[in-house]
Amino acid sequence: MTGQPKRTPLHDLHVELGGKIVDFAGWAMPVQYPAGIIAEHNACRTKAALFDVSHMGQVELHGELAAAELERLVPSAMVGLAPGKARYTMFTNQNGSILDDLIVSNAGDHLFVVVNAAMRDQDIAHMRDNLAGIRVVERSDLALVAVQGPKAEAVVASLAPAAAHLRFMETAKADLAGIPCRISRLGYTGEDGYEISMPASEAEKVARALLAHEDCEPAGLGARDSLRLEAGLCLYGNDIDTRTSPIEAQLNWAIQKRRREEGGFPGEERILRELASGPARKLVGLLPEGRAPARQSTQIVDAVGAVIGEVTSGGFGPTVGGPVSLGYVLASHAAPDTPVSLVIRGNPVPARVVSLPFVPHNYKR
Amino acid sequence: MSTFYTDDHEWVRVTGDHAVVGITRHAADQLGDVVFVELRAAGERFAKSDEIGVIESVKAASPIYAPVAGEVIQTNQAVVDVTSILNDDPEATGWLYKIKLADVAELDGLMDADAYAALIA
Repeated sequence: MTGQPKRTPLHDLHVELGGKIVDFAGWAMPVQYPAGIIAEHNACRTKAALFDVSHMGQVELHGELAAAELERLVPSAMVGLAPGKARYTMFTNQNGSILDDLIVSNAGDHLFVVVNAAMRDQDIAHMRDNLAGIRVVERSDLALVAVQGPKAEAVVASLAPAAAHLRFMETAKADLAGIPCRISRLGYTGEDGYEISMPASEAEKVARALLAHEDCEPAGLGARDSLRLEAGLCLYGNDIDTRTSPIEAQLNWAIQKRRREEGGFPGEERILRELASGPARKLVGLLPEGRAPARQSTQIVDAVGAVIGEVTSGGFGPTVGGPVSLGYVLASHAAPDTPVSLVIRGNPVPARVVSLPFVPHNYKR
Repeated sequence: MSTFYTDDHEWVRVTGDHAVVGITRHAADQLGDVVFVELRAAGERFAKSDEIGVIESVKAASPIYAPVAGEVIQTNQAVVDVTSILNDDPEATGWLYKIKLADVAELDGLMDADAYAALIA
């Protein structure tokens, strides 16, 4: 990244709240507030936490055939996604690996797409280059906040009653504290919650109104990472990237039956083959013994010390109360309860493979 | 007794040729919530700038560097067992090591409280 990191519309609020600002993907973002990452993590698991995610790219796809065109870039079903519904998917390349992951919502007269901050320029170029006859509109004029946690409904519905009627992966336009917003019931923490898209000029007003609720605390990128890790949700750039396929990443559920039957997406040869006969390696949860976190790039070895994989994300899970990691292992070692070792600072630490998530999802389906 | 500081944000409280070593309040605040501490055992010898342990916060692992050469006399098991002590009280009950100095003259290369305060200002 060159030059000054970009600021979100909530930058002044982060500073006012005592946020510790770091450069993340070219954006000045709060990694934590004075409460600290563990307290912010726990607020999200027990009450509600507000995250600024305005650094993510918000894009509209206009054109009658937007869904059909988008299907040429992703392996998920987009045609048939009902108005008011959202779906997780990923851009794949010709090798069947992942260019980015994204959420697509059917907003009625267009598709509303949210992509990762680090990938937004590349993703937008990718769509402009490949979606014939579709108008790709980057909405840099919008902000995005996430309100996540068991009290998220109480917090958001106190200002936007319609939010209570949404279920997981549903989206609607609604006024929140008098501001026109798009409210989507989804997130990146494993908890119930919402992402709220709104005009950048009104973002501070909306965030302050949400934070005024007694059960809503500000949370930074640090807690966002520990929450998504415990929820077993992939982070692009760590757990998924152009070296991993959706099937290796255990994202099979994101590829609907019609797409498996019809194909017609980049990398379909590899992806359909791995769906049929299994990938060579799989993303798994790893629970190390003891308390030492096994972080990204930690080697995973078998009983005789042969390398069988690598940790892609790892750290301390505040809700688990100990270290948790995600990593790829050979398919032969991917079954739950398989004993492995994680080489931390030269020492093999016993660990076992576990099914994901580490902390059960708490979605309102 | 006098207290010295390093640019790795450690304090060294010296009595004769013995010292207590820990991390500063500034270091603890920069680390954030500490979740794991690994320390050397009593009897181990080390040179100045050797890695003599690791402190891990939620976000990252940070090595502990030996401020001077010496030998571990005692390790503070309390901070290994209850890592939050390092956040709550890093300059007193959150000490890491009691050490015997190999060479008292090495202290001349460290900072006093005023110089350290200027460093983090």
